[in-house]
This record gives sequence, structure tokens and C-alpha cells, in this order.
Amino acid sequence: MTSPTPGPDIALDDLYRDILLDHYRSPRNRGRLEGRATNAADGANPLCGDELTVEVTVEDGTITEIAIDGRGCSISQASASMMSVFVRERGTAEALEAVETFQRMMLKGETPPEEFGDIEALAGVMKFPVRVKCASLGWKTLEQALGDGGSVSTDERSTGDD
Amino acid sequence: MSANGSLDVARIRRDFPILQREVHDGVPLVYLDNAATSQKPVQVIADITRYYRDSNANIHRGVHALSQEATEMYEGARGKVASFINAPSEREVIFTKNTSESLNLVAHAWGRAHLREGDEVVLSEIEHHSNIVPWQLLRDERGIVLKFIPMLPDGTLDLDEAKRLIGPRTRLLSVTQMSNALGTIVPVKELAELAHEQGALVLVDGAQSVPHMAVDVQDLGIDFLAFSAHKMLGPTGVGVLWGRMEVLEEMQPFLGGGEMILTVTLEESTWNEVPARFEAGTPNIAGVFAFGTAINYLTQLGMDRVREHEIELLDYALGRIGDLPGITIFGPPDLSKRGGVLSFDLEGVHPHDVGQVLDSRGVAVRTGHHCAQPVMAKLDVPATARASFYIYNTRDEVDALAEAIAEATRFFGNGSV
Repeated sequence: MTSPTPGPDIALDDLYRDILLDHYRSPRNRGRLEGRATNAADGANPLCGDELTVEVTVEDGTITEIAIDGRGCSISQASASMMSVFVRERGTAEALEAVETFQRMMLKGETPPEEFGDIEALAGVMKFPVRVKCASLGWKTLEQALGDGGSVSTDERSTGDD
Repeated sequence: MSANGSLDVARIRRDFPILQREVHDGVPLVYLDNAATSQKPVQVIADITRYYRDSNANIHRGVHALSQEATEMYEGARGKVASFINAPSEREVIFTKNTSESLNLVAHAWGRAHLREGDEVVLSEIEHHSNIVPWQLLRDERGIVLKFIPMLPDGTLDLDEAKRLIGPRTRLLSVTQMSNALGTIVPVKELAELAHEQGALVLVDGAQSVPHMAVDVQDLGIDFLAFSAHKMLGPTGVGVLWGRMEVLEEMQPFLGGGEMILTVTLEESTWNEVPARFEAGTPNIAGVFAFGTAINYLTQLGMDRVREHEIELLDYALGRIGDLPGITIFGPPDLSKRGGVLSFDLEGVHPHDVGQVLDSRGVAVRTGHHCAQPVMAKLDVPATARASFYIYNTRDEVDALAEAIAEATRFFGNGSV
């Protein structure tokens, strides 16, 4: 991503890395599983208006299919897309471990494992604290889908001040 | 710097040191989040310090010199507020901590005393959450019925429907005078007449209107007005509820404690006079005092000129931004029905991302649902980006906003969402 005015936008490029914008513009595993889902959950970030549905098909402890639906900011949608690529064809225990690893990367700045590949591009989000919950939404919704299902909210506060 | 010189903006800006600062290493601040909170002039900041440095004492109870001085500083602001909204008496001005508390005060102290099952409270669809939730709580407790004046697609209220909704069972009409999400100015005077014909009282949420236009409670013919100091150059933590004396006198206390009583025995208490009855405990003395300074500042500018300046900026902004590719601007196109608020959607770019790109260029706007989720639902958007103007904003800043929006479109261009 090149910007016509370098300088002020340097920080912006830290947040919106090319690979992230690519997942935003061309989200992977987009849509619904049309009845094939064994697990599903809805996620929402009420303060920003991000919404996601994560559906998965689990066969013999492995995620064989995953679909993401919803709307929201680029960070929330791209992160969910990257997550879907990573967990597909992986065991549920491994997927849940990846959720934990991702959260440590977001909240504690832990260096992501090599197998995370492009997901490392989201590490820059940590410098923008209000966007961490956007990046986390897809992952937390997956965790919810593999757990009790239902819905999850990344932000329990319901009001701002104006 | 202002278009037709309605305000001397260059001079005003010198009173606001924060407007000189930079954000993100060398990027000048362009502060366009005034509907959330305004910046504060040096005069207000200095008076907060002055109170604590020279006059700090508790009010209304000491015979000593400092206590009397602090009491005069606090009570002096009450008179300034009364004049500012043309209240008949300064005793009708109650200090709270913000607009939300003022609205809740009416719901508790008036609502609980007067509303019974089946009584109707009429609100509108463009209310801030703080003028919806207190009534929902009361509905769950008392079985009152809530009705909502609908919003038309241009963000104004459906006044024909208002005439049908306000009826013989209506006990209270509680509406905003200016939508925080869209800037819509509501014809409160006209609605108040409808409500009074039915014997209902009228509460106005003035959080957005009082800072930006002349508001005269007697001319409007309303019964209560709620607003906050921090949106009108004053400190946070100070709000106002104005009410007509005969209504206030019939009300029971809101919070119990010091200051609001005449006598207390272990069995019972008697209530102090209005307004002390509604100001339990030690208030934000420094904040109220400095709020008086903020009111002086606005009075010297003249609220009609403040409004004129914002109309000029809004007119310029609508021209500058309205034609940018992919932009949808919400709210009434008629400037006489709109405050200095510009709420918009950019095709293919989520408001949160718009806000981020704007921030990287120093442009501070609000993104989100603006505590008005029913408005967002009606517009069928999850959120909007909102720029809002005040006395110190310039055409150059509107240009910076326009350029930053264009940059957001370039940055996220070809988005598939």
C-alpha cells in the first residue's frame, strides 16, 4: 500500500498492512455452511457495530469446513478471514490453542509462532488499543462456536458519552 | 477566518491552547468532535485553578470567610445559568453532574411521584440513550407506556404522527432539541404546545442545543431543560436541570444526604427548599464556578453569532464534502433545521476505518453509534462517522477533513465490502 503523502501515514501502514487489506477486499471462506455446520456462534462488537457469524463443521475432532459471515471494519473482517484459513483442517484443540496464542499476541505483544504466517501482520494492531477488540472478534467467536455456541460480545459496555 | 466574520475565530483560537498542539509527531490537531465534548478556553482552566488555589472551602455551611467566598462563587454561577437560558428565577437551576443525571432526576423525582400504570410518556426515535433508558426503567417499575415520535428519512421528526401520539393519556413529552447523531433541530416549541393542550409536561434534552444556539425556556414554553457544562466550554462533571418552580416544588428528593434536608431525626426528615432539595452532598464547586466563566465567554460572543458561524461552516462543509465519491451524508439538508453536525457514511469503508485514517491526519471525529442505536437501525447502518463543529473551527479544518476523507477512499479503494 503506497500513500501519496508519506509521513503522517506511516503509523497507518503499521496497522493496515497489505496482506490485511487483501483479506478485507477478498475475504476467504466467506458465507454460510447451509446446514452442514456442527457448531456456530455470533460475535458482536456493539460499540463499533462489527458483527460476525462463524460456522464450522467438525468431523472426528477436526474442523473440515468453516464459513464467516457478517459486516464490520477492515480489521475485524480481515482477522476473521485469516483465522478461518489458519484453523481449517486443524483439530479443535489446536484451534482453541491458536485463539489463546492470538490473544497473547494482541494483549501482551507476544511474538507469534512461525506457523501463524500472515497472521503476524495483525501484530501492529496492538499499537492501536481501541482496535484490539476488532481483531479479536473472529477468534473469540470461533472459541464460542467450539464451546457452548450462542453469542459473544467483545465489549460489554453499552454506552459512550455523548 | 470565519466566512462572513460572524466570529473572530483567529482570536478565539488563541484562548484554546490545546488547538495549538500536534498529535502523532508533527500532525496538527483538527478537533471536530465537539458534539462529544468541547475544548476549554484558558479563562475556564484558570478559574478551576484559582478556586482551588485561593478560595477552596465547603459551601453553605461555614461561617468562616473562605466558606462564604466559595459559596458566592458557586451560587454566582446559578444566576449566570439562569440568565443564559432566560429562566425566571435562579432558584429553578439545579446543578447535577451531567445531562444524563438531570434526565434521571426527572424520571425519579417527578416520574415516580406522578406516573401510574397506563400513563404515557412520549419520546422520539432520535433520542440519545440517556433519554430512553431512564424511561424504560420506569416503565418496567411502574407499567407506564412509552411512545416514540418516528424519524423521517431526512432525520427530522414526523410531526403529523406526533399529533396523533400526543394524546389525553400523555403525561410527559421528553424530546431532544438537537440530535447528537444527525444534528436535527427539533421544533420543541410546537411540540410543547401539543403536549400542553393535553395537560402533559415537557422535558427537553438540551445537551446539544444549549451549547450551540440561543435557548429561551420561557419562549419555548417548556417545563424542564437538561444540559451539560462540558459540551459548552465548561468542565466535565457539571450538568444542569432547569425546571419551572411550581413543578419542582411538588417533587420529592432524588438523592438523600447532606444539604438537601431541613431537619433529620432518626425517624424522619424534612426537605430543604428548591434547588438545595435536589443537590445532596458536596457538589463540584470548582466545576460549577468555572462553568459560570464558560457561560460568560459564550455570552460575550453572543449565541446568535455562534449559531451563525456554525451554519456558515456547515454550509461550506456540505459543499466541500457532499460531492466526494461514495459519500452519504445523513440528516436534514435544510441548514435552518440542522446544528453543526455532519454524520456520514463512506461506501466500502467502515466508519471505524474512516476514523482511523482521519486520526492519522490529526482529524478527530467520532465513529460509532453515538449512543443513538435506534437512529442507526432506522438508517440501516451499523455506525457512522461524525464531524461536529464549534466556535473555534475554521474552513481550513473543513478542508483537512475533506482531504482526509478522500484519502480514506483511496486507501481502502476497491473494497469488496
